[in-house]
Amino acid sequence: MNDAPSTQSAIEFRDVSFRAIDGPVILDHLELAISPGESLVLLGRSGSGKTTALRLINRLLEPTGGAVIIAGRSTLDWDPVVLRRGIGYVIQDAGLFPHYTVERNVGLVPWLEKWPEERRRARVTELLQLTGLDPARFAHRYPHELSGGQRQRVGVARALAADPPILLMDEPFGALDPLTRGELQKEFADVQTRLRKTIVFVTHDTREALLLGSRIAFLDAGRLVGIYTPEEFLHATEPVAAAYLAAFRMGDSLLK
Amino acid sequence: MDFIHFMIRNRDQIFTATLEHLWLVGAAMFLAVVIGIPLGIVAARRPWLGKPIIGVANVAETIPSLALFGFLLPVPWLGDRADRLAITALALYALLPIIRNTATGITGVDPKIRDAARGMGMTENQILIHVELPLAFSYLLAGVRVAAVLTIAIATIAAAVGAGGLGEFIFRGLAMVNDQLILAGAIPAAALALATDFILGTLEKRYRFAQ
Repeated sequence: MNDAPSTQSAIEFRDVSFRAIDGPVILDHLELAISPGESLVLLGRSGSGKTTALRLINRLLEPTGGAVIIAGRSTLDWDPVVLRRGIGYVIQDAGLFPHYTVERNVGLVPWLEKWPEERRRARVTELLQLTGLDPARFAHRYPHELSGGQRQRVGVARALAADPPILLMDEPFGALDPLTRGELQKEFADVQTRLRKTIVFVTHDTREALLLGSRIAFLDAGRLVGIYTPEEFLHATEPVAAAYLAAFRMGDSLLK
Repeated sequence: MDFIHFMIRNRDQIFTATLEHLWLVGAAMFLAVVIGIPLGIVAARRPWLGKPIIGVANVAETIPSLALFGFLLPVPWLGDRADRLAITALALYALLPIIRNTATGITGVDPKIRDAARGMGMTENQILIHVELPLAFSYLLAGVRVAAVLTIAIATIAAAVGAGGLGEFIFRGLAMVNDQLILAGAIPAAALALATDFILGTLEKRYRFAQ
């Protein structure tokens, strides 16, 4: 690692482009560096390329131009399985295994990593508590016996199971009712300050971005419009970002 | 009453024929499962291979059973023994529902679940064994059930090539215009089919997961 700078990024997009086979360009020359421990929100409307950017990080997709660098190495130089085991992944509707109990769902990566049973079980209990689920009540339930919010909590617990330094979240709270969503956002913000993971969070919800992001990367039509702190984003002058904000403010003003 | 007396008087023969029948069906189903499930997995994984695989199985399915027994008769090793011949033909019939249902079950797994599995660093084999096959299992069993019921019925034709089984009674009854003989073959065969359908159907429900 002698050629790496001392302040190494956890994740770095170096001139990354992505286009589907014979399809349109989805990401266009993205340059973005994410520092260890920060929580970066990729914000933008549907089709802006934010989910694609996220999936390039754990190599569910491979860039067609440029490189995504994780811990100093291009994702293409990583064994995808090893890379992904070190990156937590939470998706909308959780994607839990319907044939596994909550306990087995949460303990999946530790099981893949062949942790001894005792340690695995202790870790599952710890994580269920962390995500606000009583282990005694929930460990042996199946996903279909849970509410949407509870499933999403399990999804977060599962992603954190092997204590990965990086956490990717793809609209994790998007399918929840506003009240549950608010609860989970707040609790997740607490978990985040405690755990200090590097988080990349995809959302189209401005409020969520302002609440959970230490920085906001605003994407539009595959291009990075700008990177802002939440405070800066509120005063963004780039037309597309300003328009996005205006729509958000309009929703807000209806309440006043 | 006559018929019941007839069944009781010939119970040894009927029992032997039932065992023969089960042997033909069991061996054929074993082959069909061992060959059909991997082919179904391949068909699900590689759609361009799936089309020809299912196409060939489809063609086998459309050949009238009596004709299929006839076609296989001159095949060197197969034609030597009647049960070999019958088992091969029956396995060919059983193949299509098994291949098709295995493939449908696997491709029907919610893409989000597959995505989560990959994203968490499961290898393709782990996804197949621990996610796709368990979730496809009830489909797979449905294919086995359909194939087994079909095979039990078609196995009665195997008597035409001398492979024995419950078809013996049916063919003899037809030749002698004897209803009791026909029923002595048909009723146990129908009972076997119903029992198989019930047992596999129950298992199928147990392994259905809410996705």
